[in-house]
Amino acid sequence: MADKLNESAVTEPSSSPATKTGAWRSQRPVVDLDKCIKCYICIDLCPEGAISALPEKGGVQVDYDYCKGCGICASECPQKAYTMAPEEK
Amino acid sequence: MTQTTPEAATPNAATAKAPAGKPKTLKEGYIPPKERLFAPGHRGCAGCAELLAARLVIEAAGPNTIIANNTGCLEVTTTPYPESSWGVPWIHSLFENAAAVASGIEAALIAQGKKEGINIIAQGGDGSTVDIGLGLISGMMERGHDILYVCYDNEAYMNTGVQRSGATPFCASTTTSPSGELSFGNMRPKKPMPEIMAAHGIPYSATASAAYPRDLQKKVKKALSIKGPKYLHVHVPCPTGWYAESADTIKIGRLAVETGLFPIYEIENGVVTNVMKPKKRPPVEDYLRTQNRFKHLFSKEGGAEVVKQIQAIADKNAQRLGLDSK
Amino acid sequence: MMPRKTVVEGSMAVAEAVRLCRPQVISAYPITPQTHIVEDLSKMVADGELRCEFVNTESEFAAASVVLGASAAGVRTYTATTSQGLFLMFEVLYNIAGSRLPINLTCANRAVSAPINIWNDQQDSVSLRDAGWLQLYCEDAQEIHDFQPIAFKVAEDPRVRLPIMTMMDGFVLTHTYEPVELMDQELVDSYLPAYKPVVKLDVAHPLTFGAFAQPNTYHEIRYMLNRAVMGAKPKIAAAFKEFNETFGRDYAPFMEEYRSEDADVLVLSLGSVCGTIKDAVDELRTEGQKVGLVKLRMHRPLPKAELRKALDRASVVAVVEKDISMGQEGIIATDVKSAFAGHDGPTVLSYVAGLGGRDVPVPDVKKVFKEAAAWKGRQAPDDPIWLGLNTGIIPEVQ
Repeated sequence: MADKLNESAVTEPSSSPATKTGAWRSQRPVVDLDKCIKCYICIDLCPEGAISALPEKGGVQVDYDYCKGCGICASECPQKAYTMAPEEK
Repeated sequence: MTQTTPEAATPNAATAKAPAGKPKTLKEGYIPPKERLFAPGHRGCAGCAELLAARLVIEAAGPNTIIANNTGCLEVTTTPYPESSWGVPWIHSLFENAAAVASGIEAALIAQGKKEGINIIAQGGDGSTVDIGLGLISGMMERGHDILYVCYDNEAYMNTGVQRSGATPFCASTTTSPSGELSFGNMRPKKPMPEIMAAHGIPYSATASAAYPRDLQKKVKKALSIKGPKYLHVHVPCPTGWYAESADTIKIGRLAVETGLFPIYEIENGVVTNVMKPKKRPPVEDYLRTQNRFKHLFSKEGGAEVVKQIQAIADKNAQRLGLDSK
Repeated sequence: MMPRKTVVEGSMAVAEAVRLCRPQVISAYPITPQTHIVEDLSKMVADGELRCEFVNTESEFAAASVVLGASAAGVRTYTATTSQGLFLMFEVLYNIAGSRLPINLTCANRAVSAPINIWNDQQDSVSLRDAGWLQLYCEDAQEIHDFQPIAFKVAEDPRVRLPIMTMMDGFVLTHTYEPVELMDQELVDSYLPAYKPVVKLDVAHPLTFGAFAQPNTYHEIRYMLNRAVMGAKPKIAAAFKEFNETFGRDYAPFMEEYRSEDADVLVLSLGSVCGTIKDAVDELRTEGQKVGLVKLRMHRPLPKAELRKALDRASVVAVVEKDISMGQEGIIATDVKSAFAGHDGPTVLSYVAGLGGRDVPVPDVKKVFKEAAAWKGRQAPDDPIWLGLNTGIIPEVQ
């Protein structure tokens, strides 16, 4: 770690994105946008906040840098628009 | 740990269409992770409802919020030096003292004439709330500080390895109240924290669940609009400590509410209001079978009797809160 | 600007000094013999003489946590406690120092339980010497009064950023009346400007306080804390110097040397008992004895070089203190010995005196000087010497 400590040992805000927790994944959610009804329940329920809305009500998008593959989105989507696919190595 | 600019690395940057204005919420569009009030990259388990709930709470509270946080899963996973998931001013002191630290923050803001428009939240897990920090929360409530206390209840001391707390439900197996030859697990009922808080005469005490995210956010906003001490007790299933599938986290949370084991309601100035009534109240067994911390109830002799006792707890809640009435 | 010289209770001398320093948040929990301090401050707030947020808490643990939060939010903070209360704050005090928050705490030195005892000794504050708090001991009401702005000034210095404890003997100083020259508000304001924190909890500039430091950084962060405590030494000296110039006082920052220039036997001690020791020194001096006192003011950081310089001239140094590390000896004595480790120096004796409010009268002190002289040129004993022990009530070992 090259960065020097600061005297009060405080941390910069919102700096955790430096760690790409997507690397933890063993399966990844893939969304079929044709099935998506933009209820945005998956956005509400993602512990990482890795899902966000596409512009112009285009559906949703997953940020695979941070998605841990927990499967909550696939489990909760009322339209079963997600499938959990094995993570490619 | 190398620092990479997330925008360049994420597939979203290449494929995402830029939204019209700058989105304020994820439901409006993509927000660069470093600009979030609760940023990803935290070390929470996959499927952690506590971190989900914490994200929902701060997103509902907004940027004009200062948080004091007890030690626990939430604190440890979001602030491994030199990283932090928090986009608002945030302080962690000790295991049990967020309520007192928050009281000091409020006093400081008042002394500087800067309290207006600033939300102060003190938060912690069930262990730090109903056990070791109880006295300090009581003091904060008694003094009437304008602070919202949020308890994230995953029903054990999860960060230290799933030991029982005063919020561990009847007959759950934990590492310090394990089921065994002579034991059905934790033989004590959950400490009635929302009622204990309401007994202090505070204007608002309520329960919520990560499984009902919009209700949770509404309650955060409602609480923060009330002046004085407020309490929000949020049920957050823990797939790791409850020995369940991470994908089932929300389903499990929903069953806890629907069975009546974790009812959702508000207590406003001492009066119970806005009870969430399930359309149909499933038997507790539907909930208990989803998690291996209750596995012994279905394999040990006498387990069926215990399940009946747990059903009685749910029935008592239902009766007390009118869960079965229209 | 006429100085207000008046007779005040020691507790009021502290409270008035704190009031003059314009703290913004005070939080405390009552415990004998600190009570008059916080009662006096509460009355000042109630009468509008002190404009600050005063938070009465449900325990000392909470009081310490409240000032921690307030300090982190960027305001000048104060608290006071003693004995059991200080110990109940224990983990918070370590947390405050590690968080580099400049809180000012007055400890009304009192014995610790068990058995329970409300009278004066110094076991409480000495037991917190490892935490990273700066520690100053006072002999009389004037000192504890004067040391308040000095304490805030040093603590809040951006190059220091450390909490500070000032000590006054419980009951002996808190509940007695002395003539004190009260400081003038204008002078205090010129000496002690408003607190400007380097970092604070502020929605305009969000920061995270209290991160989880793993083995790859904790070691260094603790090194930096120690470095800050050591580095506070010249800042403390400078703050005393500026105080002396502003208020016309004459304090030496680390210790006061009383008739020690040509002393052959020295007593080193702290707190109000030094007044008694000075009387004993004066009496022995009239008899021609070359004795003197070194009154330790600053215990943390430990002024090793200055201790060597002040004590080296003597053949024997008797450290007389109101505390003990059980299974070892007086804690200050150990520290004094450590200053001489690897150096030639006097024989250092450890005297444990006055625990639980036991009086240390002049004849007892004179006995110490006489006994100590007999240790010239000899190796100090391993065990401490208990002053004034009533062996008649102690049963045989079972």
